[in-house]
Amino acid sequence: MTEKPKIAMYWCASCGGCEEAVVDLAEKILDVVGLVDIVFWPVAMDFKTEDVEKLPDGSITASLINGGVRVTEHKYMVEMLRRKSKIVIAYGACSSWGGVPALGNLYNTKELISRAYNEVSSLNNPEGASPQPSMDVDGTTLELPPLLPRLLPIDQVIDVDYYIPGCPPTADVTWNALKALLSGELPPKGSVIGASDKALCDQCPLNESKPDKVLIKDLKRPHQVIPDPAKCLLTQGLLCLGPATRGGCEALCVKARMPCTGCFGPLDRVTDYGAKAASFMASIIDLQDPEALEEVVDKLPDPVGTFYRYTLAASSLGGSVRGNKS
Amino acid sequence: MKQVVISPITRLEGHGKIVVCLDDEGNCKKAYLQVPELRGFEKFAEGRHAEDMAQITPRICGVCPTAHHMASTKTLDDLFKVEPPDAAKKIRELVYSVFMLEDHAIHFYILGGPDFIVGPTAPRAERNVVGVVNKVGKDIALKIITMRKTLRKMNETLAGRAIHPVIGLPGGVSRPVSSEEVQQLKKIGDEAVDFGRFTLKVLKDLILSNKDYVSLITSDAYTHKTYYMGLVDEKNHVNFYDGKIRIVDPNGKEYAKFDVHEYLDQLAEHVEPWTYIKFPYLKQVGWKGFTDGEDSGITSVAPLARLNAADGMATPEAQAAYEEMFKTLGGKPVHYTLANHWARVVEMIHAAERLRELANDPEIMSPEIRKLPTETPREGIGVVEAPRGTLIHHYETDERGVIRKANLMVATQHNAARIALSVDKAARSFIRGGRIDDGMLNMVEMAFRAYDPCHACGTHSLPGSMPFMIYVYDKDGNLTDTVKRNLP
Repeated sequence: MTEKPKIAMYWCASCGGCEEAVVDLAEKILDVVGLVDIVFWPVAMDFKTEDVEKLPDGSITASLINGGVRVTEHKYMVEMLRRKSKIVIAYGACSSWGGVPALGNLYNTKELISRAYNEVSSLNNPEGASPQPSMDVDGTTLELPPLLPRLLPIDQVIDVDYYIPGCPPTADVTWNALKALLSGELPPKGSVIGASDKALCDQCPLNESKPDKVLIKDLKRPHQVIPDPAKCLLTQGLLCLGPATRGGCEALCVKARMPCTGCFGPLDRVTDYGAKAASFMASIIDLQDPEALEEVVDKLPDPVGTFYRYTLAASSLGGSVRGNKS
Repeated sequence: MKQVVISPITRLEGHGKIVVCLDDEGNCKKAYLQVPELRGFEKFAEGRHAEDMAQITPRICGVCPTAHHMASTKTLDDLFKVEPPDAAKKIRELVYSVFMLEDHAIHFYILGGPDFIVGPTAPRAERNVVGVVNKVGKDIALKIITMRKTLRKMNETLAGRAIHPVIGLPGGVSRPVSSEEVQQLKKIGDEAVDFGRFTLKVLKDLILSNKDYVSLITSDAYTHKTYYMGLVDEKNHVNFYDGKIRIVDPNGKEYAKFDVHEYLDQLAEHVEPWTYIKFPYLKQVGWKGFTDGEDSGITSVAPLARLNAADGMATPEAQAAYEEMFKTLGGKPVHYTLANHWARVVEMIHAAERLRELANDPEIMSPEIRKLPTETPREGIGVVEAPRGTLIHHYETDERGVIRKANLMVATQHNAARIALSVDKAARSFIRGGRIDDGMLNMVEMAFRAYDPCHACGTHSLPGSMPFMIYVYDKDGNLTDTVKRNLP
């Protein structure tokens, strides 16, 4: 009998939603467990870092890593898993493009630490204690991993073979990707696996109501309007990012009458998701008068959080924003 | 001093390591649970649209995203000064009940349960969900998996998504519940109550019937006498979605009962330099260090604390299970940390019964689910009971509804000090005379695992203050310089 493929799953600066997404495979999990040996999965199994360190280099068939690289320990872990693995897969938005925690890149770490601390009203810390990288406590040294200057998608730290998109990837997308992985029928290195290369509108139940050319004269934030549930949300002034976003989720948010916020990220050949999404939105605003245009744009005071909610760390803005505010 | 490090600690949400310090005789002198990660949500919330917080804050924790979503949505109601229609509140609580049940189930069967169902000192490779499947058999495993899948699918429909829900808006919810969904929900409600009963039976058959386990649960190694906190309704019964915050002292006497808007008068946070997690405590009692008892402000949250802090459960079968638990364990309050596993099952029954009640409430189908806000936003505070304890959101905005300041006091933070006590005491109880094995170390991990902590939640923020140390890295992440400020 040939040996089963070894799979590792690890999280960096993540929320655990990607782990839950894997558990959402439900009964298929039992099939997966039958087909592979899971050698590391901290959320569910008791293997420790030392167990992985002892494995020979290249002996793990594939490591699925979620979360971005925020502290030095994450960097150590992804580099170690890269050495131990034949294939590394970025699982989910955070490891692929930084995800929501990459909005922290709008601030430098000094600002994050000092301002967050000093402004939090519930703190009582007259002695000014703070977490230290190395600390003597009662005769013993305790160490904490410090922050890196920015949160990084894992492919800015190690070589990544494939990407599974979504915040988090759905069970179907995960299953598609695992099937491709276990059957060995993988596309060229660097590809997105598990989801198509078509925009979300293609899967959206409201797509039939969307005109060929959407034109709008006003913008609405979700709490400002009760939309007609039978009509394309974009045509109603809600910034639904479906046209710029990879399909794969089956339009879950739109089915709940909320606009797509872009968590499946860009289509193939798009390098900067937020720029693409913003330019599309600019193209559908049907106003000539500069004053009227400005008035509409003012209705969206947070373009970064709107267009780059999941992709800031992978964007051309990713590094340059840092340090602008001091 | 010699150290033994458990890294990473496992079967919990988020990161952590335990450092066990040994003296010359090989006895544990002290043990620390360190949380080695942080992301900075409170800071990068600034500048965001307030209504987006209901979708951004769930990314603090993908295991309990619905807790952050609801805490945020209630904070938005308060911020925009808009009262949602009754149907909207009921839909939110329905979604919340479905979530509480499946979240508690995942802990009982996957995260914490293996310690008992498979065994505290079972081999490392078997102490997990696969070991549980082998122990209970594939048929029962499939029953559990199918129930969880049904609940998750239901919330995907009702809340848009099970992981990172989207329906919450200031003044209501984005989608109504259809009559077909209600038919489905009524069926699920009955199945859910059966599932709760079944889980109580598993607890009794596999855990409580084992004398060794019971003596472990009630042993001094896993006992601390602290204050307890949780939300209660007007009858002082446990409520997950709404109510007043009630705190009882270590003798079980009511210490405080207050609206969440007074949280800053009641609660404060302490910082330790050896971990990224902060330690909330009772402000009036004060921070007295890592010690329990009436004079120490350390308070506890999550299932056992909620049951201790309330006078009972709001639903009949949960009430019966509640009474049985306290009767068996010697009356209220119960101070045994591992009794959290039992309390969690009592709460599963409560969530299932509440789900069934709401599924059978005709108002749930009302199309009146939203009220558009008309007031200018300024400040809002909201609270829910997350599976892991009391969760408070607090936002301040400008007149456009853009966040200026955010403060989040999160469930696992409230438990952090008691968890530190628990891990230290368990390590000192079990690690003696230089004898250390994997099973022993797992029994130290069981001390935190019972709380079902979520360190992703606990370190959403960036605790810390002056003085600090700055590490300078080049673009490849190599350390190039270290800058110290106000440090010797």
